[in-house]
Amino acid sequence: MEENLKTCGVISPEEFINCKGWPSDERFLKGPVAILECIEEIPCNPCECSCPKGAIYVGHPITNLPTLDESKCIGCKSCIASCPGLAIFVEDHTFSDKEALVSFPFEFIPFPKKGEKVSAVNRKSEVVCTAVVHDIYCAKSNDSTMIVTLRIDKQYVHQVRSCKMLEA
Amino acid sequence: MRVIAHPILGNISQENEVTVYVDGKEMRGIEGEPIAAMLAANRIYTHRFTKKRHEPRGIFCAIGRCTDCVMIVDGIPNVRTCVTPLKEGMVIETQHGVGHWGGEKSV
Amino acid sequence: MFEVDLLIVGAGPAGLCAALEAGQQGLTVLLVDENAKPGGQLFKQIHKFFGSEMHKAGTRGFRIGEDLVREIAACPNITLWLDSVVFSAIDQNHFEVVHNCSVQVIKTKKVIVATGAIEKGLVFPGWTLPGVMGAGALQTMINVNRVRPGNKLLMVGSGNVGLIVSYQFLQAGGESVILVEAANRIGGYGVHASKIRRYGTNIITGCSVESVSGNGKVESAILAKVDDKFQTIKGTQWEEKVDIVAIAVGLYPLMELLRQLGCKFTMCPALGGWVPVHDERMETSINGIFIAGDVSGAEEASTAMEEGRLAAWSATYDLAKCTKNKYESVRIDITKRLEALRSGPYGIARKNAKDSIYAIAKKF
Repeated sequence: MEENLKTCGVISPEEFINCKGWPSDERFLKGPVAILECIEEIPCNPCECSCPKGAIYVGHPITNLPTLDESKCIGCKSCIASCPGLAIFVEDHTFSDKEALVSFPFEFIPFPKKGEKVSAVNRKSEVVCTAVVHDIYCAKSNDSTMIVTLRIDKQYVHQVRSCKMLEA
Repeated sequence: MRVIAHPILGNISQENEVTVYVDGKEMRGIEGEPIAAMLAANRIYTHRFTKKRHEPRGIFCAIGRCTDCVMIVDGIPNVRTCVTPLKEGMVIETQHGVGHWGGEKSV
Repeated sequence: MFEVDLLIVGAGPAGLCAALEAGQQGLTVLLVDENAKPGGQLFKQIHKFFGSEMHKAGTRGFRIGEDLVREIAACPNITLWLDSVVFSAIDQNHFEVVHNCSVQVIKTKKVIVATGAIEKGLVFPGWTLPGVMGAGALQTMINVNRVRPGNKLLMVGSGNVGLIVSYQFLQAGGESVILVEAANRIGGYGVHASKIRRYGTNIITGCSVESVSGNGKVESAILAKVDDKFQTIKGTQWEEKVDIVAIAVGLYPLMELLRQLGCKFTMCPALGGWVPVHDERMETSINGIFIAGDVSGAEEASTAMEEGRLAAWSATYDLAKCTKNKYESVRIDITKRLEALRSGPYGIARKNAKDSIYAIAKKF
């Protein structure tokens, strides 16, 4: 059976073509940038309101897919916690020659700690590589959605979307 | 199992513990929590047995609508344990069939 | 006898919003709920809501509940009776309530019934075993009662409730989730499914639970692949060791009071089953009896809140407590917000269902 978002919960490469929230290859080389993995028409627009640079557009009707204006996006991560679907990530390909940073929302305890070694997982929860927790961010306005940033081998940057839940 | 710490809801206070009796056995719970919660925290999932086939029943809806979770509480049968708050000294008994006023021991 | 302008039965999201709108327009309101606390199912919704800023998108459900309860307490026109059951409708203006261990008669000019909905069951061998429960029941246990009745969950049904509760089970320290869906597609939002796939949940479509067994409690389940008519495909069964089975196959309206009143109903599968006939103003087939929230068709908390507001304004206008212009302006705004919530591929079935109910209402 075809594996796609509606058959198994994981967006397929073909479905990503319709995604308006995916930056160009050139933009990734310029610095941190948001990725909006939102491909279904659900009435929803908190991401649009959350961006301080106006880089996310939904408009009306609010079922429109969010579009990323990559020239305005500075990769500040304000949008990550705003998404009720936890479908927004930030990648930074410019961290170093060999390493990249990936930021994602995380809502489990124990929370990861800065400097901790964790298992980085892909959209299917498969362990892709080990990673170091580069940064964690908890703001009251994010209401318990922690933003975790992992330092990983650059070749895995488009795959890593979370880390394995940690042992209590 | 109690969910003491939670990433969204924070930690629960276990300060107001009370002692209750379940089928004669002493058990601890938190004052005011539903009886069914105390039972589940103590790994008790069978609340009653049906009248004809003596089959075990427990929580189904957990919001006081289905009556699958009823037990005899302080001598009163058919008490919905999922919406009845726990009190110090409560006597809780597994109900058989439609139960008995005064409790199983009164039969 | 307790006399009010407006009796609201049920203090969930629909009832709370209705009470606030009516109270703020100067109506005397009696808000009655059979539970010890108001909020209905709102306090177990620990995820962030979708929608727009107007719908409080990005806010966790229970925080919306906390705000509403605070506002109710601050409104002097609203009397809140908890642990009280409206058990009898004498006629459309007189109701009996058990309150403080005695029966009270309420005389009211208008009524909003906002009694919500109840989870459907799914019948299979072993479905009555302790450990088999509604998905909403599991959600209540883990988020409200803070007890997890097991570690290995089998979730049956992939609508938003099944997907969300699976995620929340993991947040509450659950060890593993297997989610089965009889159809060949996931029913709820893709993003909810993606969340649980990241944390090891196995989602199996074209699959259902055949039976559950255990000694006094769930210990294992037999799963099987099903065809497009939901019939078991022979030879595809296998066993999974689970200790909780949660059923997420939908909800249906709780309508006993409306039956007593003699309201008309219509069968509407998209909204859960038998649904009270109502018009766009949220009025039923009986003049002065309004409904709001899941009792008018199983949807979500966001639509419940808007319907509560709409029903309250309709009652307010009918009691001549606001001008026609004001009512029309508010009605149009709320209707636009409801239409937004019922838009897109996930909303269209509900929108069409509501439209067909409104059309039936025109006949009465």
